[in-house]
Amino acid sequence: MSTLTALARAQAYADGRAAPIATVRHLHVHERPLVLIPLAMAGEAHAPLAALVGTEAAVPRLLVVAQPRNRDERFAFVSSLASVVLPYLESFTGLAEPIAVDRGRDVRYRFVDAPQVWVPNAGGVDFLRLLGRSTRFRTVDGEYPVEPGVPLLGRWLTFLANSAEVPGSSLLLNAVQALGLHWTTGQSSAEDASLAALLAWISPPAGSSVFEAARLAEQSAPAGPATDPDFDNRVLAPLMSAASVDLPRLTEVLRDVLTPTWELMWRTLELLRELPIGTRVAGRWDGDRDTYSAFVQHLADGGPPQPRRDGAVAAAARLHRLENAATRYAVQRAFDDPLVMAEYRLSGAAFAGVVTLAKADRIDDTGKRPVLRPRIMVRASEPVRVEAGAALTSPARPAQKATVISITGSDVLLELSGGMGRKLTAEPGSVPEVGERLLLTTLSEAYRPGGSFPDPDQTPWTHGGPPVFDQAE
Amino acid sequence: MTSLDRLRGPGRPKRHNARTIAALTGNPGCSRRAVLDAAGVDKPKLAERIGFPGSFGQSRFALARGNSFEKMLKADGCALLLETLRSVGVSAEDVGYDDLGADEDDTLAARHDRTRRLLAGEARAALIDHPLLTLAVGGQTVFLEPDLIAFQAAGRLHVVEIKSFAIVDGQADSAKVSGAAVQAAVYVLALRQLLRSLGHDEELVSHDVVLVCPANFTLRPEAVVLDVRKQLSTLRRQLTRLASVSSLVAALPEEVSFDLALPVPALLSSLAAVAARYAPECLSACELAVYCRHEAAGTTAALGRPVREALGGITTVESVLALAAGAPPPAEDLAEAAALLRAAARLRAEALAE
Repeated sequence: MSTLTALARAQAYADGRAAPIATVRHLHVHERPLVLIPLAMAGEAHAPLAALVGTEAAVPRLLVVAQPRNRDERFAFVSSLASVVLPYLESFTGLAEPIAVDRGRDVRYRFVDAPQVWVPNAGGVDFLRLLGRSTRFRTVDGEYPVEPGVPLLGRWLTFLANSAEVPGSSLLLNAVQALGLHWTTGQSSAEDASLAALLAWISPPAGSSVFEAARLAEQSAPAGPATDPDFDNRVLAPLMSAASVDLPRLTEVLRDVLTPTWELMWRTLELLRELPIGTRVAGRWDGDRDTYSAFVQHLADGGPPQPRRDGAVAAAARLHRLENAATRYAVQRAFDDPLVMAEYRLSGAAFAGVVTLAKADRIDDTGKRPVLRPRIMVRASEPVRVEAGAALTSPARPAQKATVISITGSDVLLELSGGMGRKLTAEPGSVPEVGERLLLTTLSEAYRPGGSFPDPDQTPWTHGGPPVFDQAE
Repeated sequence: MTSLDRLRGPGRPKRHNARTIAALTGNPGCSRRAVLDAAGVDKPKLAERIGFPGSFGQSRFALARGNSFEKMLKADGCALLLETLRSVGVSAEDVGYDDLGADEDDTLAARHDRTRRLLAGEARAALIDHPLLTLAVGGQTVFLEPDLIAFQAAGRLHVVEIKSFAIVDGQADSAKVSGAAVQAAVYVLALRQLLRSLGHDEELVSHDVVLVCPANFTLRPEAVVLDVRKQLSTLRRQLTRLASVSSLVAALPEEVSFDLALPVPALLSSLAAVAARYAPECLSACELAVYCRHEAAGTTAALGRPVREALGGITTVESVLALAAGAPPPAEDLAEAAALLRAAARLRAEALAE
């Protein structure tokens, strides 16, 4: 927790309303998202109990398992869930656009849109991951056959859950995290985990104080996937222990439990849509469309389901990709949003100042051929905690590198390179002018090359050696 | 009548268990919890009585599944359990099985004696069901019941914990696993104390505990060995730090009592006499947390430990905001925190104005 966010929390408590910690929206909000609220049966190993699902606020579709302990009923539920979710997931494969790869020597296609699934909280993501795990290896023939939609949905859910681990990905989002990225409340983060309580702070109902609203929200039915134990004992247990389950009554009580959360989910989407979108969000959504397109292709090619566990090489490569994505996401958020950048200014990784001197036409001719290397002097308005030799960037000119030559008091002398055109005179506006207010940071959007990893059959012995395929698996 | 009985009133004392000890050591600075637990006060009832009920119910479905899993493991003289334990090399081929009786309050002392006698005897491979151990917590003797103790032929003892959460592809919910590890560590500590008192080498009790859980999406058991050395050292440190409850109780005024028959204002003033240390983590570990949260409103601790630390350890929200707005720091050691808060407030205002 940074001091800046902590201060926002204190402020939110004193004001009795949530405080913004972002000035722009940092995630893509789809025009036609799929909202999915899963409920699990307590005690069972991730047995679904019900789900409320749909792409329109006015048309929630409720799916119920009358007897979650019965394996056949469980898979019948997954099958009916697949009949709702799969058409949505596959509805974005109509139109593709060509993307030049390999410096224009080749072309690949990517779908112009991709699906976006919303669940209430991180528990919902975990539930989908485990539902995917329990269904993607099922077969449509053999001893215990299932409907064809079951293993396919399992593979999609696994794909979505895996993408949710990638920082900045918007394919599978959870409402609690999405709201927490943009607002902070006057309660603890443990209490923020309740979607109802979190929304009570961000958009309190008229006519009651935030504190009352949040307490009231805490007592409402949880947003799943776990149910309220009291509800289990008082309502669910008598219904389910009956010789034949009263399905209409069960459906009714589960609808009552899920409907408030359904409304909160759409309220969340509304609130997020009201925020102006960050500049770099579209670029990240392009990446999401790439992953989606690649997965559709993988399915079309008859690729195998995702393995139970990654092999050593695949795990290392995935970790590397996740680390790169996390760094890129952190930098992009700071560049998009002055309030996020303020955290880096507070920690000394960025500072603001005014240009006091600028020599835009300075040529460095000490090398083989002369190069344009303008120098500027910036008077910092806050403590500077970088050293000579550091490479800085300004969000206003991300392609330009500013190397610190010297620091005297609060005067920082910088040498610029890049982002000024190819001639020996800088393009107009590419060199900051005297009087311009500038923000400089050690964060950089520079391209990060992918790591190089050995082929799986070359896995070094330190990592278990090449994988041996177990026939029994 | 001891002073602890006086605190509790006429009701039967609630027993400590591994879970409450784990929670106690999770927040060792909380005198209120230490005193109430030592006196065996019924905290859920007390919370309800003063109008701050918590929800700590357990789902009937979860209980039923846990029981049926345990019953399945222990059926036919623990046949399935033994097989599972052998898969991690904890059990020998030919083992005895001793059931020390049902889980009831009246048999506590008797069961503890039988546990002592069994363990004092010669080492033989055996499973001991429903053993009863004791542990000194804050000057109090607490009875503890591990699920099972496995006795290896070599004389090593292993604590066995049966849990009903699933292990999927070798992975389980980390919060549940760490909870189980702390509980098991409590048992290891108690078992070591018992062996020492019998004149045996306490190192006979292995720091490797065995966790038995259902595998994947079935009821098929899977055993995993957990090394609880880290939890053990934390527990030992926390238990010694735990202020001696008797001295806390002795320092309390005569009129302090948590007898549920007392009127609410009397109960509230009794609670006020014993200081709590509220943190948001209490909400999932202590039945009285909702009341303590109410009491802690306006403090930075109520917003969470990380928030409090990021705010330089300043106690109340009010003084944080005053310092951020430029008020002079009341003490010299707060000067640095105040400067940081002022800078943060300035940066926030600037960014929001853009």
